[in-house]
Amino acid sequence: MINKALVIGAGIAGIQASLDIANSGYQVVLVDRLPSIGGHMAQLSETFPTLDCSQCIMTPRTVEVGHHENIQLYTYCEIASISGAPGDFAVKIRQKAKYVNWDACTGCGACQEKCPWKAPAEFERWMGVRKAIYTLSPQAVPNKPVVNPDVCVRLQSMAKGEKLKCGACLKFCPTNSIDFEQKESFVEEHVGAIVVATGIDLFPQTRLPEYGGGKVPDVIDALAFERLLAASGPTGGKVKRPSDGKEPHEVVFVQCAGSRDPEHGVPYCSKICCMYTAKQAILYKHRVHHGQPYVFYIDIRAGGKGYEEFINRAQQDEGVLYLRGKVSKIYRDGDKVMVWGSDTLSGRKIEIAADLVVLSVAAIPAISNNGHKIPGLDLMLDADGFYQPSEAELAPVESNLPGVFLAGAGIGPKDIPETVAQASSAAAKVLTLFRRGASL
Amino acid sequence: MGTPYFPGCTLATKAKNYDTSGKAVAAALGMPLDELPDWQCCGATFPLATDNTMSLIAPARVLIQAEQTHAKQVTTLCAICFNVLKRTEFSLRKHPEQLERINWFVSTDETTAGQTYTGKVRVTHFLQQLRDDLGWKAVGEKATQPLKGLKVAPYYGCLLLRPPAEIGLDDPDQPTILADLLKALGAEPVDFPFKCECCGSYLAVNKPDVPSALSGTIVESAAKHGAQAIVTACPLCQYNLDAKHTLPVVYFTELIAAALGLGQISMTNFQLSKFTI
Repeated sequence: MINKALVIGAGIAGIQASLDIANSGYQVVLVDRLPSIGGHMAQLSETFPTLDCSQCIMTPRTVEVGHHENIQLYTYCEIASISGAPGDFAVKIRQKAKYVNWDACTGCGACQEKCPWKAPAEFERWMGVRKAIYTLSPQAVPNKPVVNPDVCVRLQSMAKGEKLKCGACLKFCPTNSIDFEQKESFVEEHVGAIVVATGIDLFPQTRLPEYGGGKVPDVIDALAFERLLAASGPTGGKVKRPSDGKEPHEVVFVQCAGSRDPEHGVPYCSKICCMYTAKQAILYKHRVHHGQPYVFYIDIRAGGKGYEEFINRAQQDEGVLYLRGKVSKIYRDGDKVMVWGSDTLSGRKIEIAADLVVLSVAAIPAISNNGHKIPGLDLMLDADGFYQPSEAELAPVESNLPGVFLAGAGIGPKDIPETVAQASSAAAKVLTLFRRGASL
Repeated sequence: MGTPYFPGCTLATKAKNYDTSGKAVAAALGMPLDELPDWQCCGATFPLATDNTMSLIAPARVLIQAEQTHAKQVTTLCAICFNVLKRTEFSLRKHPEQLERINWFVSTDETTAGQTYTGKVRVTHFLQQLRDDLGWKAVGEKATQPLKGLKVAPYYGCLLLRPPAEIGLDDPDQPTILADLLKALGAEPVDFPFKCECCGSYLAVNKPDVPSALSGTIVESAAKHGAQAIVTACPLCQYNLDAKHTLPVVYFTELIAAALGLGQISMTNFQLSKFTI
């Protein structure tokens, strides 16, 4: 038994599992495909039901991971292959070319400041821009940049064999860390157990043609709205709509956009939307006092500590107008976004001329969305593409493969406290395995 | 020999211009339509009650008539007939017990004694034949008088596309088949948000204020987006939309006729004088 664990995915689930294992004295290899850790939680403005700043409560943990002597962090990496058996898995990790020597880089940020090339930032849900050399956010751990080969003209000129262009980052880097000759590389690690925490992605708006199909600029998804609310976001926390940067006065939130809808291939409830929609409507009201938020819902699912009270607060104290009904159509009309829906409590058809529409789109498994199934791990999936635990009730974090455990929203949509609890549970399973050692 | 063609009651009466232009363009495009002999009403609505087998007898009879021609497909122009016949074809394929009951009834009825439906013939819309059998490129090549500069709003309504799993003609929310046809004919399609909204349909009979309001929204939106005309594939949509007298509302076959230079066709509602081609 190799007393070392592999954790795949460095969102809050992977972070928690890694810290629990590492703080028990065992080695952890933590892998993420993005350049820095934190996952979706790092994108959130505030968390429900406490309205804590998400970055603020998370940063101590990301920093701890970054500095932990028992955690070997592999960011901007993907799993190339996994072989072997419980107790000794051989893991091949593909390190994507960063074009920056991270050992020498101090994270001073001069390269990002001087780089003249910009592209829409995925982390900002494509609402803000980032440079060709970038970190995901100012709080990134590790706070070291990578170069995007699709945007960097230097790399493109090299690829075409042309005269070398630009080189601003090369020129201004005080530690000569830029390395355009860097290639992808492979590292092999041996571990005794694996925690899979690959999380969720969002149902694409293009699959919701009745809601504009992603073509109406002021119809955005809820994660994009988180970025508009976040102090570190593209608008500095001011709510401005994408089309013209104006402050929206009427905002319509549409719950179950894709979820609970077999027609869209998502029959399940995404579980977190009722709560985060209430949170977003409250936060919008805090930012735009005279604004009117509307929430269309099928029914409110607020099971959780302090959750029902939070919904009541939104409805009764914060002036959020809840309308029980589905939205049938969203379309652009001049500078307004027209929303057609129904209020099944009054039995009336509703038409709202909104300035901004926020879709609580379905949460879907990240591996189904990016096509990154983990090579070498034949994990059982349910009908919706989420990981299927070996026993739904009594072994909720155990996979169909011995020595491989599951945590977080990759098993099914869930909120932060539940994700963290599950991550600690998966870590406990790993620790049990390590203590039992050879007796396995 | 052409494709068996089911015109339906409306095209034989109120929407004769749809029927005439349809047959003429089909012949001119080298894919003639052969009207089914002795056809009868399609039933006019697809029954929404799942146990309503009785209402499927009329469309099943049409399918039997079509099968007797030994052709692989029967084509329609009317969106409502298309919807009823296509959904009947789908339903009888999916529910063998329903097919059995219908066949028992039809084969023992004195006017259709011994006849049964085997489920071999496929129902298609003429638009589908244009797109899938002929292709837009070929349509465009035959358009000797392209409709250059003509801005037309493609209006689909509901029955041509829904329910998508049974009809399977195009995306029910963002369809392109009429817009693609317009492009092939050299016209400029005008996209507008109400292209798939209901016109009010049969409520024109007993609650005319409903289609009046719904069709008003549709026509005004098309006009607001710069359309000079609206094109449709449904006689009831044409009736409800045309009642607003805002824009000319024409059948797609009439536009094809114009682009093919078939000027001799009577086009009751196609007032070319309203715009310049």
